[in-house]
Amino acid sequence: MALFSSLSERLNHIFSKLTKHGKLTELEIKEAMREIRVALLEADVNYSVVKDFVAKVSALAVGEEILKSLTPTQQVIKIVRDNLIELMGGDNQKLNVSPKPPTIIMMCGLQGSGKTTMAGKLALKLKKEGKKPLLVACDIYRPAAIEQLKVLGKSIQVDVFERGTQNPVKTTKEAIAYAEKFSLDTVIIDTAGRLQIDEKLMQELKEIKKTINPTEILLVIDAMIGQEAVAVSTAFNDALDVTGVILTKIDGDTRGGAALSIRSVIGKPIKFVGVGEKLTDIEPFYPDRMASRILGMGDVLTLIDKAQEAVDEKTAREMERKFRENSFDLNDYIEQVNSLKKMGGLKSVLSMMPGLGGKLKQIEEQIDEKALERNKAIIQSMTAKERANPDIINGSRRQRIAKGAGVSVSDVNQLIKQFNQSKEMMKMMKNPKAHGGKMAMIRKLMGQ
Amino acid sequence: MGIFRKFFEKLKYTFKRTELNDDFYDELEALLVSSDMGVETALDIMDELKIVCKKKLIKDIEHAQIELKNILIEKLQATPIEFTYPMIITVVGVNGVGKTTTIAKMTKYFSKLKKSVLLAAGDTFRAAATEQLTDWADRLKTKIVKQGEGADSAAVVFDAIASMKAKNYDVLIVDTAGRLHTKTNLMKELEKINNIINREYPEAKKLNLIVLDASIGQNSIAQVKAFKDSVNIDGIVLTKLDGTAKGGVVYPIINDLNVPIVFTGFGEGVDDLDTFDAERFVDKILM
Repeated sequence: MALFSSLSERLNHIFSKLTKHGKLTELEIKEAMREIRVALLEADVNYSVVKDFVAKVSALAVGEEILKSLTPTQQVIKIVRDNLIELMGGDNQKLNVSPKPPTIIMMCGLQGSGKTTMAGKLALKLKKEGKKPLLVACDIYRPAAIEQLKVLGKSIQVDVFERGTQNPVKTTKEAIAYAEKFSLDTVIIDTAGRLQIDEKLMQELKEIKKTINPTEILLVIDAMIGQEAVAVSTAFNDALDVTGVILTKIDGDTRGGAALSIRSVIGKPIKFVGVGEKLTDIEPFYPDRMASRILGMGDVLTLIDKAQEAVDEKTAREMERKFRENSFDLNDYIEQVNSLKKMGGLKSVLSMMPGLGGKLKQIEEQIDEKALERNKAIIQSMTAKERANPDIINGSRRQRIAKGAGVSVSDVNQLIKQFNQSKEMMKMMKNPKAHGGKMAMIRKLMGQ
Repeated sequence: MGIFRKFFEKLKYTFKRTELNDDFYDELEALLVSSDMGVETALDIMDELKIVCKKKLIKDIEHAQIELKNILIEKLQATPIEFTYPMIITVVGVNGVGKTTTIAKMTKYFSKLKKSVLLAAGDTFRAAATEQLTDWADRLKTKIVKQGEGADSAAVVFDAIASMKAKNYDVLIVDTAGRLHTKTNLMKELEKINNIINREYPEAKKLNLIVLDASIGQNSIAQVKAFKDSVNIDGIVLTKLDGTAKGGVVYPIINDLNVPIVFTGFGEGVDDLDTFDAERFVDKILM
């Protein structure tokens, strides 16, 4: 979840320095821009892309507009953020669907970028959306690549078409005939990984393209890629005129500058990101969210999405009412712990919160996800009455609860203390309605 | 010097002069950063060059290039590794860097040195990883110890060591599952493999080699650090140098973590592996 966190930490650091002054001087902007430049370079954004970006942002920031504004720091952040979003390309773009089935999706990229796994992920995603995908194994060079796709296909119950080491151009043609015959509406072609300077293999891709005319040609790129991002994406795009990009392995701690480089250089949208090793680990790419995260503004939008998935509308409204009336009890606490778990745990939620940026590491060290589980066990050892009205929990009740949960009495005491503090905090919060249900939900989740 | 000259030829052409001015340093910075060595390392190297040029009263590009190359080569020095036998090499790295192919190449390398090589299919996680290594073993006519997908990799290693001892193999190369270094449970598995090796064959020379993909950027530093936190890392195999990627990220790794480059990989064939040659590496950076 710590996606882009290092970059956001850096930028936070820059801006926290800026906020110490009243108004920005040109010198300060220059200083900030120098650090933004270093931060972007360390995030693996391509050298020329950084150069252009910094020049552009500096020009905007040094102008009158910013110096006359009331909150210069916010202005700088806004300009940087807006330009980052622009660099990564407007709105999220969906997969194109061919008006005449089958829709053909061709995957290409360097060796080790994660094409085969991503082909499996896409197939599963499309299958869940009601499509009937066919996976086509065209990596005839890497030992056991076909076997790998077959294993993946079997695990998600999607057909895998293969013709051994037969010429891939021929195989793709046959695969499409096969898909038409069995009414499979989406064909996903896994091609061999290749270097962009390997003329023979690049020619093979061009021939496949010419023969089957794919609806989508997706360039799969490892999010950890360095300065090469530009050379690689340019070469593949020049050869194939790709329709989009998939960034893989962003679940690691990469700063992911490639996202900025690729889009700004080839002008093609990043359509998906691979966020883990499981075949369900695929998500759409949202430039705005990513930019916000880079700037340590948190990823409020993703958080809201996740919160909506984890908490159903009715429960959420009920919670909000309790929250407002401050009648939140320990039963609700359990509900909240469960929701948090569904959202990927407290750390995951925190990493998406705005304003934490640099402090996140500190906070993370103090969080003990196990404590949440322990608290759950304690609450489950309480009677319904005790849960609804924690005030009645006296000494002997505490002892019984501690025994039941397998913890010490002091653990029970601590939980009750924490709970009472949370309630106090909630009381102090302003009317949640003012910001709509969603914000209330988040605030409530953070009230733990 | 052939390839090396190109950059400076370009410089001369671009600026139509040969002085070491700001334009020169700007271009140099672009070149160094583009190798993925990181902006800090690039600035350090430029500072060093400036100092040397000042000290030696160098004012022209011709002489500066010699100094630059010296600095770049010198910065690649780290404590070298010696091969002694019997030896157990555990190959680690994140997904997709080319671990399995590297193992095939190393097998060939040690075979050429007339050493007997045994492989252990310790990547029991990725679909068809064992098949991929078996395929290589067949091609190279090398014995391989394996179990199925989902098996305990430490158990595979245990079996392999028993077989190595019984049949007096010189080298055992252990494949491991690719993992993003942020996944703690998989890192634990690696610790377990190391413990088994230490316990079962303490007399053998043990090497943990991390495979790094030259096209990956600054994250390679985090990878080495993270692996180093759980197991000892003795050396680097830098792969995919046959592309246009320069792999300059090894500079901060060597300087800050003192991990030497042992091998470099430059293709998909079994012979596309070499011991590290600093001068050739630097030539490519300056290309």
